Amino acid sequence: MVGNASVKIEVANLHKSFGSNHVLRGIDLEVNKGESMVVIGGSGAGKSVLIKCIIGLVRPDAGSVRIDGQEITSLGEKSLNEVRKKFGMLFQAGALFDSLSVWENVGFGLKQHTDLGNEEIKAIAVEKLRLLGLKHVEDRMPAELSGGMRKRVSLARAIAMEPEILLYDEPTTGLDPIMADAINDLILQMREKLRVTSIAITHDMVSAYKVADRIAMLYEGKIVEVGIPQQIRESNNAIVQQFIQGKAEGPIMVR
Amino acid sequence: MGLFFGYLGGLFIRFIQESGRVTMLFGQTVLLIFRPPFDIRGMLDQMEEIGVRSIPVVIITAAFTGMVLALQSFTGFKRFHAETLVGTVVALSVTRELGPVLTGLMVSGRVGSSMAAELGTMRVTEQIDALFTLATNPIKYLIVPRFLASLIMVPILVVFADIIGIMGGFFVSVKLLGANPTIYIRRTWDYLELNDIYSGLLKACVFGMIMATISCYQGFYTEGGAEGVGKSTTKAVVLSSLLILISNYFITALLF
Repeated sequence: MVGNASVKIEVANLHKSFGSNHVLRGIDLEVNKGESMVVIGGSGAGKSVLIKCIIGLVRPDAGSVRIDGQEITSLGEKSLNEVRKKFGMLFQAGALFDSLSVWENVGFGLKQHTDLGNEEIKAIAVEKLRLLGLKHVEDRMPAELSGGMRKRVSLARAIAMEPEILLYDEPTTGLDPIMADAINDLILQMREKLRVTSIAITHDMVSAYKVADRIAMLYEGKIVEVGIPQQIRESNNAIVQQFIQGKAEGPIMVR
Repeated sequence: MGLFFGYLGGLFIRFIQESGRVTMLFGQTVLLIFRPPFDIRGMLDQMEEIGVRSIPVVIITAAFTGMVLALQSFTGFKRFHAETLVGTVVALSVTRELGPVLTGLMVSGRVGSSMAAELGTMRVTEQIDALFTLATNPIKYLIVPRFLASLIMVPILVVFADIIGIMGGFFVSVKLLGANPTIYIRRTWDYLELNDIYSGLLKACVFGMIMATISCYQGFYTEGGAEGVGKSTTKAVVLSSLLILISNYFITALLF
């Protein structure tokens, strides 16, 4: 079955357990083409596991993940790698390869999957870095960069292969408010300039309101509410209200 | 009592599970060696790290082993007036046994630990996940070069160890114990067969594969942050060393 043409990512009834820990308990989520979806939820709610299932890093126990109508949960390593070329992912701490220089990091995908020479790859890397406001860092090593720079280099690596889908794992966590806002602006720019579909997971509501077309709230392994930021803000759901207002008292237990 | 057997059974199940996973990783690695693209650069880097940088450690180990062997066998042989056979004993022991085993153990300590620590750190900082998302097979990219480099470099190190070990024995016998150099050299050459050296090199290949597979396995499947990296590193060295010693016996018995 090929779904609605405008649906880019379709997750249905997704389950995943680690031992006795039932993390995802039936996730349903659709992300439209060109849309910026933000998944909010507490620490340990399963947000990371959800995006790792979407990109095929974690194999779910049950349920389906479709990218452009193609089921990926049953794919072998080779076909899965083809699907992964549609993706770019920004990891929480950057996950830059610390044995490679900045430009080698950014050009990693190009080096592995194209016949481009080092000079051309470096030129592309420099251009992507510039797009993210980074100049003269290409010959540095990741260890010499600040946290905000690492995230931007990681984002440059994620967009180097011109992906159709970008996944952001806690893009603003661990950054100062100004750098966090700069990253939010970059996320918006990516959507406008590159027309990508994106999923960001976060517990930073400032960031969520700013970058989201729609917000989905993940709680105890399920999506409890989805809507545009206005709807989420005015939600009647006590769980959602407690989370977005950041209160310790309410239906969500602090563990 | 039931608790005790439960614990024992649990250990046994874990042992079988881990053996299975190591074997699978070994199989995948061997298959991926033959799948293009071939990362010559990555392999050369690893050959430098595993081979060239281990030379000082291997030389010192081999020299002192050869020297002490000469001293000890001289003490023993003197009791039945067979001092002239010291050269033979040193040459056979070093090429067949001590060269490969001690090199394997020293390389496990020096290289195995760093392999496990490096891959383990890459795992806990999500660099291995990042490789997946960049549509790159981490086993092909990280483990294959280390495996091949170990397979090539450990035997080469053993050749060094053989030569230095025999020279160490010669030095002690001739300079300190007053042996006749001509007779010593003749006794070494007359009884040393190519077969002795080959069997040592075969052991070296196996030890190289064991060290690389176990160390990469421990690093690649690290869990639990910095503490996990520490545990993986320890396990990599201990398990590689034990497996080298155990497999050494069986290879020797097989070639006996």
